[in-house]
Amino acid sequence: MNGGTYDCIVIGAGHNGLVCAAYLARAGKSVLVLEAAGQVGGAAVTREFTPGFKVSACAHLLHLMPADIVSELNLAGHGLKLASRGLSTTALRESQSPFTLDAAGLSAVSIRDAAGFQAYTAQMRKFAAVLMSALDAPPPRLGTNELKDKLSLLRLGWKLRKLGRRDMRELLRIGGMNVYDLLEEHFETAELKGALGLDATLGTNYGPRTPGTVLSLLYRMACEGAAHNEITAAQGGMGAVCEALAASARAAGAHIRVNATVSRIVVESDRATGVVLAGDEHIRARTIISSADPKSTLLGLLGTRHLDTGFVRSVRHLRGKGLTAKLHLALKELPAFRGVSTQQLRGRLLIAPSLDHIERAYNHSKYGEYSSEPVLEISVPSIDDATLAPTGSHVLSAIVQYAPYDLKGGWDAARQKFLDIAVRRIETFAPGLSTSVLASELVTPVDIERDFKISGGHWHHAEFAFDQFFMVRPVPGAAQYATPLPGLFLCGAGSHPGGGVTGLPGRNAARRIIGMN
Amino acid sequence: MVDAVSSLTHFKQPLLKTPFHERARELSQVDSFIPWAGYTTVDVFTTADQEYFAIRNATTLFDLTPMVKYRITGVDAESYLNRLVTRDIGKLKQDRVMYCVWCNDAGHIIDDGTVFRLGRQEFRLCTAQRQIDWLLESAVGFDVELSEVTEQIAALAVQGPTSCATLKAFGLQGIELIKPFETRHFTVEGMNIMASRTGFTGDLGYELWMDPQHAEQIWDRLMQAGNSRGIRAIGSQALNIARIEAGFLSPNVDFVSSEHTIRLGRDRSPLELGLSWLVDFNKGHFNGRRALLQEQRRGLARQLVGLDIDGNKPAVNSLLYLDKAGNREIGSVTSAIWSPTCKRNIALAMVEAPYFRLGTSLWTEIYLNRELVWERRMVQARVVEKPFFAPARRRATPPADC
Repeated sequence: MNGGTYDCIVIGAGHNGLVCAAYLARAGKSVLVLEAAGQVGGAAVTREFTPGFKVSACAHLLHLMPADIVSELNLAGHGLKLASRGLSTTALRESQSPFTLDAAGLSAVSIRDAAGFQAYTAQMRKFAAVLMSALDAPPPRLGTNELKDKLSLLRLGWKLRKLGRRDMRELLRIGGMNVYDLLEEHFETAELKGALGLDATLGTNYGPRTPGTVLSLLYRMACEGAAHNEITAAQGGMGAVCEALAASARAAGAHIRVNATVSRIVVESDRATGVVLAGDEHIRARTIISSADPKSTLLGLLGTRHLDTGFVRSVRHLRGKGLTAKLHLALKELPAFRGVSTQQLRGRLLIAPSLDHIERAYNHSKYGEYSSEPVLEISVPSIDDATLAPTGSHVLSAIVQYAPYDLKGGWDAARQKFLDIAVRRIETFAPGLSTSVLASELVTPVDIERDFKISGGHWHHAEFAFDQFFMVRPVPGAAQYATPLPGLFLCGAGSHPGGGVTGLPGRNAARRIIGMN
Repeated sequence: MVDAVSSLTHFKQPLLKTPFHERARELSQVDSFIPWAGYTTVDVFTTADQEYFAIRNATTLFDLTPMVKYRITGVDAESYLNRLVTRDIGKLKQDRVMYCVWCNDAGHIIDDGTVFRLGRQEFRLCTAQRQIDWLLESAVGFDVELSEVTEQIAALAVQGPTSCATLKAFGLQGIELIKPFETRHFTVEGMNIMASRTGFTGDLGYELWMDPQHAEQIWDRLMQAGNSRGIRAIGSQALNIARIEAGFLSPNVDFVSSEHTIRLGRDRSPLELGLSWLVDFNKGHFNGRRALLQEQRRGLARQLVGLDIDGNKPAVNSLLYLDKAGNREIGSVTSAIWSPTCKRNIALAMVEAPYFRLGTSLWTEIYLNRELVWERRMVQARVVEKPFFAPARRRATPPADC
């Protein structure tokens, strides 16, 4: 069955696939986006988990997408409305009042930390801005002798040098450190260190003592900086962001098909020339771009026989087993967290009482167990977004760590137990919560793998680590979006710079493809 | 897959004895044994020259049991091997053998060896070095089963102008009809033997593959059958002279496996080794194809060539120069001998572009140790065609006296 011919086919309508498609279409390419699910969004989708209650399936706050992507693709003009802006981050404490992570909130806890927090934030944001210059462009290749690659490295070097001698030294000193040691140098309040440490480890296979956690924190802060350091929530959840991206892509001329599962990538004369859908429809294109994770794309849709053994080995060894679960609660009424104001409740609530607490929670996951006292990022998006829950009732959305993909005994037997543990943990801070629960859902990495076709169920598709970062993300030989097979590109979170609802891999890939023609 | 690894035992004993070891021990006059792929094997039985002349004038037995053998079966066996090696395995018919090389992603040779097609979905891969890791990694995504069968198969090379007659007398009726790179199964007194018309001498010759428990009996019967035809057991040294004359490459001598090189630029591609005839760019994807195409477009940086060198002093390990003064180095010798049959001073050498062209004249720096005094000679040499020795009898079917 012949499904036509396009310049570009984008596999997967997650945020990165849609961003890539939108930029390609704006550059004049004929673009077809193929999405296996019934709606766009991929893992950045809003789902009804129980009748009347909807929630973002994975990431639930919009704070990482660079403002220039939002404006260039005119997402506001394509239906994106923010339900809330300028959201705060509040650290919950077991026996004391919670505090918000800002100067006012901290001064009630520790004058020293209040002052230190400002200096720390300013410096880290400066460092993050340097990192950003490496994140928003295709990474250079070493040893190519190409001007483009040399310029790209020069640009990064120049940004580093411009920091000045003292800051440059400091960035080089802390760049490879773990966040535990860094935060110990700066702060005294356990919950503050816990909150910042949680930021560094959210969505990763890391505890605060893992080397590379300063880099993962800087990565997060770099994206936040590009998003003007404002935490927002989209009206209608994360799915609405993708609806707007899809509308923007369509307006630029891209076609988007849902319920269109790609079963394989077609190779002719050593070139990717199209895809075959489940149902045998064959669609041709000069360029195939996959926003699926590298393993699914290369080992699954393409197949090892079109690749070299060494490359296949690198892809197979790509680390990307998720440890992050998502808890969704349908609540009869607004939850009451002890000492938390309504204003604080509208933002992020963190349960990470100390760095050691996070590290202990992480320890379990190393041995295939879930945390007995998980750490959480909680949001109650229905406060500002009436589309998510019936009037008067609410939705609680929480990122829960750690929930290893490779759980001993499997998730079927453990899902309810871990869900109960997570609810009980929240209830410690919000007494009576469980009596308000109408329905609940725990989305484990295994569920993420199944529902969103992300091999390993990792939010970032591939672990964010020094050896899977920048010029070697996801693996050498595919780190500049082009795979070894001519005509086949990657544009998902597994590619540079990484995961989070940023759209950066999608835009970088589109730039690379446009730049090649 | 895991079985393919856990069944290996070669590493448990420092050096294994081949099933022919006791016979070799009896015939060894100089007690010269060397390790080869985990086995102790004969380097020289009597003298290398004597054994070499038997290769070119009579029949020789060479124990090649240590040759590493892999059994590859399954519905994807053919496509698996096609992705692994650079030649088109689709063209390999049943009961035929192909000489092949295989490369890493960069198009650099991991090893060379032979692929036997034993059935539609059954192959044997014979290699100089163990590489189960690469073979298993290459099997990802293919429905194949892989196992090493080195210890389960004894192998004996029967090479030389009278080898066919010897084997016929031994009882392989019809051996004279099998063509180069063909295999055939025989039964002699209840013992199953597979014969292939293959070898490493560039001469008329065969290789016999058998159950190790029949090894000694077959050796003895061969010695009897070849008695009047000058049969002689040979070691590695004699074989090395013959293989250089035939222009065959020896791993770790003429190239180092790209899995083992440490220094940059020491890997070799099949194009550089003069084996472009083994690379089939039209068969579909194979390991290293994209890199090799790029190398072909860019042009070769160096190539392995044959040298004909003045004088009679082998240019062992010589550096090569463009000028007699030795100012401009352009390569080095990998293998060198005085060829007793060609009566030429020959060598295999890696030479920089563009000096590998046929007919190029260059200088070799030869060091001679004369009663502990080293002398240096700059000797002129020319790039010549390989092989140096290729008698018509190596291909004649049936061979002359059969």
